[in-house]
Amino acid sequence: MASRSRPLRDLLPWLTCLAMLAAIYLVFVAAPSEREQGVVQRIFYFHVGAAWMAFAGFALVAIASLWFLARGDRRADRLALANAEVGMLFTTIVLVTGPIWARPVWGVWWTWDPRLTMTVVLWTIYAAYLMLRRLGGGDEALGRYAAVLGIVGALDVPLIIVSIRLWRGIHPAVMLAKEPDAGLKDPTMKIALLVSGLALALLFTWLVSLRMRLQKVDDELARLNLEATPRMR
Amino acid sequence: MTVWAIVRKDLSIELRTGETLSSLLLLALLAILIFAFALDPALLAGADFVAGLLWTTLIFAATLALNRSFLLEHEAGGWTGLALAPVDRGSIYLGKAAANLVLLIVAAALLLPLTAVLVGTTRLAPTPALPVVVLLGVTGISAVGTLFAAIAIRTRAREVLLPLLIFPLLAPLVIAAAKATAGALSGKSFAELRSWLLVLGSFDVIFLTAGWTAFDFVIEE
Repeated sequence: MASRSRPLRDLLPWLTCLAMLAAIYLVFVAAPSEREQGVVQRIFYFHVGAAWMAFAGFALVAIASLWFLARGDRRADRLALANAEVGMLFTTIVLVTGPIWARPVWGVWWTWDPRLTMTVVLWTIYAAYLMLRRLGGGDEALGRYAAVLGIVGALDVPLIIVSIRLWRGIHPAVMLAKEPDAGLKDPTMKIALLVSGLALALLFTWLVSLRMRLQKVDDELARLNLEATPRMR
Repeated sequence: MTVWAIVRKDLSIELRTGETLSSLLLLALLAILIFAFALDPALLAGADFVAGLLWTTLIFAATLALNRSFLLEHEAGGWTGLALAPVDRGSIYLGKAAANLVLLIVAAALLLPLTAVLVGTTRLAPTPALPVVVLLGVTGISAVGTLFAAIAIRTRAREVLLPLLIFPLLAPLVIAAAKATAGALSGKSFAELRSWLLVLGSFDVIFLTAGWTAFDFVIEE
């Protein structure tokens, strides 16, 4: 069993569980309620933590894609795919928790504020990447095509940020005073944010490693199938 | 030279058949009609609406033209020829992108006045910035579109995939092009549109460079 020789990987699920329990305790029990927004503000700890990982996932897809194009290493290809899938999941978490928080606080489910717009565009790029992987067909070249999209998508990010800021900049940003990280005065709140960020980072890493293992088995299976039926494609 | 050879090949095919340009223009016209029926122009008239209409129709119609741009190569086995040709692959990309750009320029030049007339607004004050904005905008569509058209046509899903791949990437371009076009239609000068022109210009430079570099990995057999 190859998995026996990886103590760090075996430890990852347990670390994730521990961190997640600690985060839940800090978010729901230890941290005080925010004065103006009340209990709904507690969604913020997971919302922001998920957003960090969603953006990090995007950068990781691009780095893994560059590595794959430069070296042709299949592991990099699997890393890019796993990061895109898990990154898409975390972006979805951000886009679901955001409106749940916004409705009671801002009075609307959605506003075209730069951060929200940015996140939804990011989501569509992840979706495009996964559609290419899904609809592309299973040939060797697909990894290269996906890598090109992974890199080009990351190149697009600064342009997206600038253009959306200019676009919405004409109007005053909604509720600027209630920007998430503006009001973190309580030290317990800061600790709760850091711990839930850590817990989500561990969860992200764990899911990515699981997905990579699955893909490795998948690749192996495809290779064996190909060997078993020569000249049949 | 490679660039020029490919531009000339693509454009002479287009000149003799006119297939791509005519379908692009007809689709754009239909899109304008559908927008007009669905979003009453009497309520929305003005430079903002003309600019928005122009860029939405251009993006959708361009997808059709871009999907066709590698069709001949794909169906007639031209890929092997392109891959075997002893030329820089980046130049093949630039040639294809330039040919697509010419089509889009012609389309934009016809659609812009048509949109303005159909929307029926009389308060437009176009400035010299207008052609520059439109040119930078269609260059960006062609830069991103040509790269991903080459990818999409070689996948299982083919045509379906192209808009899914390029629309998200074109988001900053659409924002900048629509805003800048609206500005240029309502009397704004180069200086007033500086930040939008910068966004458009950077978009073009970044994606032309990316396509030129990445085409090696797309054509590789």
